[in-house]
Formats: sequence, structure tokens, C-alpha cells
Amino acid sequence: MKTNLKAVLTGTHTLSGNEACIEGAFAAGCLFLAAYPIMPAIETIERYLKRSAEVGATFIQMEDEISALAAVIGASWTGKKSMTATSGPGFSNMMEHLGLGVMLETPCVIIDVQRTGPSLGIPNRAGQADMMQARWGSHGDYEVITLAPGSPQEMFDFTIKAFNFSEKYRTPVIVISDEYIAHKKEKVVIPPADGIKITPRRYFKGQKDKYLPFKRDKDFVPRMVDIGDGFKFHVTGLTHDDKGYPIMLEECQEYNVHPILWKIRNHVDEIVEFQETGTVDAEIVIVYYGATSEAAIKAMKQAKDMGIKVGGLKLDVVWPFPDKKIAELAEKVKAFVVPEINYGQIVSEVERCSYGNANVIFVSHGEKGINNTDDIVSAIKLALKEKERKKGIIEYRSQAGSS
Amino acid sequence: MEPLKMIEKDIQPMDVHPMNDILRMDRLPHIWCPGCGIGTAVTAFAAGLDKANIDLKKTCIVSGIGCTGRVAGYIKLDSFHTTHGRGIAFATGIKVANPDLKVIVFSGDGDLISIGGNHFIHAARRNVNMLVICINNFIYAMTGGQVAPTTPLAAYATTSPFGCVEPPFNIPYLADSSGAVYVARWTALHVRRLTNSIAEALNKPGFSVIEVISPCAMYYSRINRLGDGLDMMKFYHDNSEIRHGEDTKNLDIGFQTKIIVGKFVDRERPTYMDSYNKWLSGTKKAEK
Ligand SMILES: Cc1ncc(C[n+]2csc(CCOP(=O)(O)OP(=O)(O)O)c2C)c(N)n1
Ligand code: SF4
Ligand SMILES: [Mg+2]
Repeated sequence: MKTNLKAVLTGTHTLSGNEACIEGAFAAGCLFLAAYPIMPAIETIERYLKRSAEVGATFIQMEDEISALAAVIGASWTGKKSMTATSGPGFSNMMEHLGLGVMLETPCVIIDVQRTGPSLGIPNRAGQADMMQARWGSHGDYEVITLAPGSPQEMFDFTIKAFNFSEKYRTPVIVISDEYIAHKKEKVVIPPADGIKITPRRYFKGQKDKYLPFKRDKDFVPRMVDIGDGFKFHVTGLTHDDKGYPIMLEECQEYNVHPILWKIRNHVDEIVEFQETGTVDAEIVIVYYGATSEAAIKAMKQAKDMGIKVGGLKLDVVWPFPDKKIAELAEKVKAFVVPEINYGQIVSEVERCSYGNANVIFVSHGEKGINNTDDIVSAIKLALKEKERKKGIIEYRSQAGSS
Repeated sequence: MEPLKMIEKDIQPMDVHPMNDILRMDRLPHIWCPGCGIGTAVTAFAAGLDKANIDLKKTCIVSGIGCTGRVAGYIKLDSFHTTHGRGIAFATGIKVANPDLKVIVFSGDGDLISIGGNHFIHAARRNVNMLVICINNFIYAMTGGQVAPTTPLAAYATTSPFGCVEPPFNIPYLADSSGAVYVARWTALHVRRLTNSIAEALNKPGFSVIEVISPCAMYYSRINRLGDGLDMMKFYHDNSEIRHGEDTKNLDIGFQTKIIVGKFVDRERPTYMDSYNKWLSGTKKAEK
């Protein structure tokens, strides 16, 4: 693929997370966006439109988020890297076609800028309560790659990674950010085009009448072709064989769907990414992601200054979950402290992967929203004091009157 | 993992079927009941594609879900069987991402007008260049004959056991008032006229809609005691009246009443891509 130089804004900029996300998408080669306006994702669409003419990218505002993701999947089959961006209420609408994207094995990227919920919640307040929806929101069995950026720079970097994963594994990929990162303006460094790693689409190169849209390579990923290239292929959301023809039998359900999971599960080590700080001799490890990163890093520093041996594990990729890493740390540390802007989602994964070897303390945002550094520090102290190995998740509660 | 034998096995096609070039012979026999109108409409569609003289390599077909939704799976074009009601939205993405492609949506009345109704009116309003063929069998057939937004007043369905109490949509009127540039209606027995309409609409820039009044020989027929598929097809045909250019307001269909058919709308309006490209060239000029 020839790199479109206008698409890569090489240099140092001050960008919001939403703006950086779109710059990442353009740098990754995205040429199609379909979306429906929603707070706090709206600036993604605005940025895209501002730059689309010079980049040569196409945009359509659809009538809702159901159609937005449907259009994105259709567009992807024309050979254009495609994306959509939304927030909670729209993300719920998209669950129907997240499943279709998985079943048609169509590369595309979905940006979910989390606000609070359920339902409408607070449109301009950060939340992290869609984490499980990203993983399980559509019906049926599937695996989904989800990245959780914690800064505008990561919005840029992770959006590129998302496009690369989607092409490599021929699957929808979610970038799950939140209102805080989306609106935060910060320095973002965009490298020269030739310094950005881009995964091209994996095309079928054989004879026109030999193309099987779901015939898997050794790594379980099937090849693609574009509409209009003369392959006359068929794909369906029904359970299907290699030809894409529907077969309504359990054997085919197994034949079709299990490998869709394997293609992610067998590559977990290549997909999972995290940032580890000071875990080597840590007694307590804070597990954090996205908007809680700032508060977690501050809390880590404060606790260290108090002489506590505390480390951090920032999850860059949340799905698939870093099971092995958590299990390995659980054998060494006394406890995990998990701050989230929700009432307990990723923390249950941490608890699952600890296998009872470490205590797991959950710190909800409470009334403080994302600025819960004090609570995280107090939770670390609580974790140190705890002598017994407790079953299940221990929920940290702010002292009465303090919050 | 080795592909299962069962899945690999092809049903050998007949030697040279006249529609060999356009049907996926390796998928026959099809799932439709004997006497169903969908098969006739597909025959007209195949003939219309041929007659339209378009590049089939650059033509694709999208269906939603339902008995009619299975059409895409039998047509030898780049073909997509998507989700219930969302065919038009999916097709919009294809068309906007690659305007060189010809895009056809072939689906049922429930799919296009009920769950997909919003996509239908918006694609018509935008005038996205595509042909929508809607098989109206007055019922949700695939799920066993429930009432649809097209079921005539007083007609029975499993979910209207005392006769349908909701007035139905008049599909050509809906398409017309939403902005479609080409609107026609035929019955499944008007094979030649339907073929011509399909060929004409395929060469018409903009959002075109062809409604095909078609018998569901299994559910709509049985619950309303209308005889077999052929009886129904003949009834629709014999009780139709061709009125080209008729005001679409006057196209309501009652239970076993007269059906007005013909080409009702054929007009020019800038397509979505025309307007988009105009905006784009304006933006590009402004940049210079
Ligand atoms: C989201 C969703 N809801 C419901 C269904 C079940 N369903 C399958 S086909 C169908 C109705 C199809 O009716 P129509 O479009 O008229 O097609 P026909 O079978 O009559 O040709 C329904 C309700 C579904 N597949 N998906
Ligand atoms: S159930 Fe009705 S619509 Fe479906 S194939 Fe049979 S006759 Fe046709
Ligand atoms: Mg129907």
C-alpha cells in the first residue's frame, strides 16, 4: 500500500484524545467513517470531516448507530479500511453488527468513548462501565480485541494498532476510551509515515473461481478479496462453510465458530500488551487502564514515598485479558488494587486470574469521578494491613465523611 | 482442521441451466416452497440483470433476513446475506465507499419496511444510488406467518387471529414521499414487465424501488384460505390493473382487492454521491 503523505500529520501537536484518534486512523490508512453523532465522541467526526478532503477519505452520517456499523462493514468489503465512533447508547446499538462483523470476519475499528450509564447517564462525564459490554455485548460466542488508551498519545498509537490487529486477524477491533481522555488536550507526537508500522489487508491471490471466503490459513485467519474484483463470493451471518454458504448443522457451528475464537485465543501472547512498573519486588500491584491511569500513577508515587513497595500494571489491551500475567503476579504479590470508573468490571477478571493467590481490592470512583488518588492510596494501605487471604473481591469504601 | 466431508460435498449442477451464469447452481435446490413467488421474481431478476447490460463483475447484491432474504445467497454476484432489516444500511456503506459498484438490495416486506423501515426512508431521502427489490407477500413468512406492516386490514396472520387491525404501509407511496427516483410495482406473474422494470431501474441513477406482490403459499395462503401458490399468483395478476404514472397515494392494497401496478415514479434528483462530490470539489477549491 502506498502511504498517503497527507494522511500522516508528522510532527508534534497539541491534540485532544478524540482528535488524536482520528489522526491515528488516517495514519493507519482509514478511508471510510460512518457514524451517528453522540457526546462525547462527536469531535472524532468533526476532526475526520475537517481532514477528509485532503486525505481523500469518505464520510457518511447515518440515521443511527445500527446502520453506521452496518455501513462500515459493507465499506470494508470494498477494500477501504473503515471505522465508526460512538459512546454508550450508540455502542449498545452497535452490538447487533459487532456480531455480524465477527461472523463475516470483517476488519473494522469501533471507537467507544465511554460516558456514564446505564441508558443515557451523564453524557459529558467519563465512565468505564462498558468494559464488559465490549467483551460480551453481542450474542453468541466470540472473542474481541479491545485496546484501552490512557492518554491522547495512546489514542493515536492504539488506533493504529487497532487497525493493524483488525487486518491481521480479520475481525472488528474496539478502542475503548472515555470522556476524560477524549477531551484532554496534550502533546501528541506523530512520527514520519515510514516510521509507522502498518499491517496491510491479507488478500487472496489465487484464481477467481477458487476463492473461499472462510478457508483458513494455518493461523486460522481467512483471506479477503474486494467487492468488484470478479470473485463473486458469498458471505452470510448464518453459520456457514468455507464457501460462505449457510449450513444449519451443529457440526458446522463447531467448524465455523470455534476457529473464530481460536484465531484470537491462539495468538493471545502476540495481542496482549501491558506496561509494568516496579512489579519486581512489589507487595501491592495497582492494575489500571484508560482514564484511571493518571490517578493510579499518582497514587503509586505517593505510596512509594511512604516506603510501600507498590508496582503498577497498566492494561493497554484489555481483551483478550492478560490472564497469564495476572496469575504470575498473583503468586508473588500480597494484593492487587484495581481502580475503575464503574462498580466493578475488570476487577472481576483480576480476581478470576489470581486463583486465590492474592487479595483483590476494588476501588470505585465513588463521588470523586476519576480523581480518586486518595482512595487508591488508602486502599493500598488497607491491602497491606490485611493479614488473611480473603475470598472474592474486597471493595474499598471511603471513610465516612471523607467523600 | 480438515473441512468436513459433508460441507465440502457439492450438489452437482445440471449441465447447462439457462441461468447458469447468474445463479449459484451449487446451492440448488433452493429453500423456497413450491408455488412461492420469490422464485419467479428471481427469474425476472436474472433476466433483468442480463437485459440491463451492466458489468456484473462490478455488481453486488445484499439481502436482509427472511425467505426473501435468502435471495442473495443464490445469485452469482458478490453477495451479502446480512442482518434483519439492515441490508440497505450495509449497501449504503458499499456504495459510498466505492461508487463504481452497482448495488442491489433484494429483501422482504417485513425486513425492508418494518425493522429496516428507517434505513429505507433515509436511503431514499439521500438518494443513494441503489436498486431495492421488495417482495411483498403481506406477511413475515420465514418466522411462520406473523402480521407485517404490509398485511392488509382484516387479513389473518398468526399474530392477528381476528384479522389485521393495523392499516398497512403503501410501499410505493412511502418510497415516493421519501424521495425515491424510480418506483414501480408488479406482481410475481408479470415476469416480462418486471424484467423490463429491473433492467430499466438498474440503469437509473439514484434510489429505485420495485415492489413485487408475491404469494406466500405456505402461511399467508393457508391462514387466509387462498388456495395454492399458483392460484394466488393468478389472482394477483388477474386482479391487477396497469396504471403507469398513477399518483402513489392511490396505491393502497386491501384484502384480496384490486392491485394497481405499473411504473409510478421516474424522475431526476442529484444522487448522494453527486452532492457529496460537489461538496468535496468545493472544499478542495477552497483549500487552494
Ligand atoms: C433482529 C431480528 N429479529 C427477528 C428476527 C426473526 N425474523 C427472521 S425473518 C423475519 C421476518 C421476515 O419477513 P419478511 O422480510 O417479510 O420476509 P419473508 O420471509 O416474508 O420473505 C423475522 C422477524 C431476526 N432474524 N432478527
Ligand atoms: S414460506 Fe411462504 S414466502 Fe417462504 S418460501 Fe414458502 S411460500 Fe415462499
Ligand atoms: Mg414477507
